[in-house]
Amino acid sequence: MRKAFDVTTLPGFTFIAITAFVLLYAPIVTLVIYSFNGGNSVNLWGGFSLKWYAEAAGNEAVQGAAIRSFIIAISASGIATTVATMAALGTTRRGKFKGQTAIYIMINQPLMVPEIVTAVALLIFFSSIKIATGYSGLGYLIIAHAAFCVPFAYLPIRARLEGMDLTMETAAADLYATPWKTFRYVTLPILMPGVIAGAMLAFVISLDDVIITEFVKSAGQDTLPTYMLGQLRRALTPEVNAISTALLALTVVILTAFFLITRKRD
Amino acid sequence: MQQRLLNVLTRRSLVAHEGASELSEENAVVAQNVGKIYGTGAAAFTALGDISIAIRKGEFFTLLGPSGCGKTTLLRCIAGFETPTSGAILLGGRDITGVPPNQRPVNTVFQSYALFPHLTVAENVGFGLKMQGKSKAEIDAAVERVLALVKLEPFATRLPAQLSGGQQQRVALARALAPEPEVLLLDEPLSALDLKLRKAMQVELKRLQTETGITFIFVTHDQEEALTMSDRIGVMSAGALLQVGSPHEIYEKPVNRFVADFIGETNFIEGEASAAGVEIAPGVVLPVTGHGGPVTLAVRPEQVRIEEPGAGLEAEVKEAVYMGTDTHYTLALAGGPQVVARVQSSAGPEPRVGDKVGVTIDAQSVQVLSE
Repeated sequence: MRKAFDVTTLPGFTFIAITAFVLLYAPIVTLVIYSFNGGNSVNLWGGFSLKWYAEAAGNEAVQGAAIRSFIIAISASGIATTVATMAALGTTRRGKFKGQTAIYIMINQPLMVPEIVTAVALLIFFSSIKIATGYSGLGYLIIAHAAFCVPFAYLPIRARLEGMDLTMETAAADLYATPWKTFRYVTLPILMPGVIAGAMLAFVISLDDVIITEFVKSAGQDTLPTYMLGQLRRALTPEVNAISTALLALTVVILTAFFLITRKRD
Repeated sequence: MQQRLLNVLTRRSLVAHEGASELSEENAVVAQNVGKIYGTGAAAFTALGDISIAIRKGEFFTLLGPSGCGKTTLLRCIAGFETPTSGAILLGGRDITGVPPNQRPVNTVFQSYALFPHLTVAENVGFGLKMQGKSKAEIDAAVERVLALVKLEPFATRLPAQLSGGQQQRVALARALAPEPEVLLLDEPLSALDLKLRKAMQVELKRLQTETGITFIFVTHDQEEALTMSDRIGVMSAGALLQVGSPHEIYEKPVNRFVADFIGETNFIEGEASAAGVEIAPGVVLPVTGHGGPVTLAVRPEQVRIEEPGAGLEAEVKEAVYMGTDTHYTLALAGGPQVVARVQSSAGPEPRVGDKVGVTIDAQSVQVLSE
């Protein structure tokens, strides 16, 4: 009997797989290891120490950037998730309609348009508003981040809605629920894992954005990524490694939490 | 429940005395000239064409027909999920045609059950009462009572996904019964169950209907299900209501060929009616009163009897199929059509293929169909 096609029997499979994993993870492992470096170099080992974590935590510029990053990421992911939920409901909880594909493309536009284009466009757009209104706060960054986070929040929410039987809402209406109560007690709770997934994706994407932030931010509005980019121009110290490792740890915690929450719900 | 049951019984006897006029208060649901057309112009599809029907309070009424006949559309119009293109729906004498589903005292058991996956069995059952704004004590009491009714008390804290198909079915029933609706709509609720469970649920449904006294409107394409459970049946085809009557009437006196064919097995015999009876083959006349001209006779297989050769009509056995309790014989009448006879397997001699036999047909049981 002939064996069915099995990708693991192809020549070089093991070699390619191992190489790919090494290339993906070796730099990250190095980065994490050097964050515990006692010396001043990002590639010369000077003994184990937590001094760069202490340094980063005590650095007012890092504190400010971290607080800014979180304010922006939390607000932007909140706005993006709300908008994405409404968009997903609008595009799935009804029959097919004219222009549906066009709307999908428009919602997912930030995934396809090069980020630098959006960045330049937002820069020009916001600068004219800045001149007109005089406002130069974090609002611009929040709106910009919310805008490009929408598709990341939209995709998991829509996927969840598409797997959800429309009779759920019909049954709720049959059992005396008003349209609002139907949404509150049936649609939203069933949708929740999708919403949480969307919010977390949006949060991580916003936290990590450099290009759009670099273009849109005003003076003194560095976020963690743009602060680290700025550090590159001066002497690079393991402080950057420490901040990166902290961000990495946060991401791992968020993703683990999300995994546990969704697994419990289903 | 007991009091309610008594009410229903007295109401029923009233109906029997007065007869049920369309506007009578004894009708739970009345459809007046209800039509439903999907789409417009050339793409228009008539799902329901001018349906008028009166369903009495406390009865088990079945809408029976093949898929696509409009029975589910009619049910959805009563529930409020669809708005009729024309006509009116009355509930307890009140016009509810434009009332949204959440304001109709009508509950539905869905084909797919549509249980809320994030809520426990008890929360699912209590959902309707919660939405009506009932107090927690009232909800708890009602949930307990209804779960006892469907024998699911030990499962109150489970999630739907932890239940078997049959148990989910009972939760769906309990959820629809808990708010004590005036009318319970059931949309092919048994079609996803295996045969044995389906039989058990048929008995269960009938029991629940008698115990609660609630009007049941049951939609099915299964004629056997309809015959065993219903007080009355409405047979539908292609958006039209063909016949309404008791299972006995529908089975014994089908109004046309479609109904006769759809309900049980039937022999159709073409013939020429005259004063003497209906001639089904040259010289073979059945003593049945016809209108004159070509007619179709409907004869149930159990009403065709096989006799000794020489008695009744002359026939030859073409085929014998053993079905367990019954044997089905295909008989070719001399010079005429073939008919199927159903004979209880151990009842007397069993003719073999090729045997010449006599055939008698009880003229009383023959239906002359209008076409």
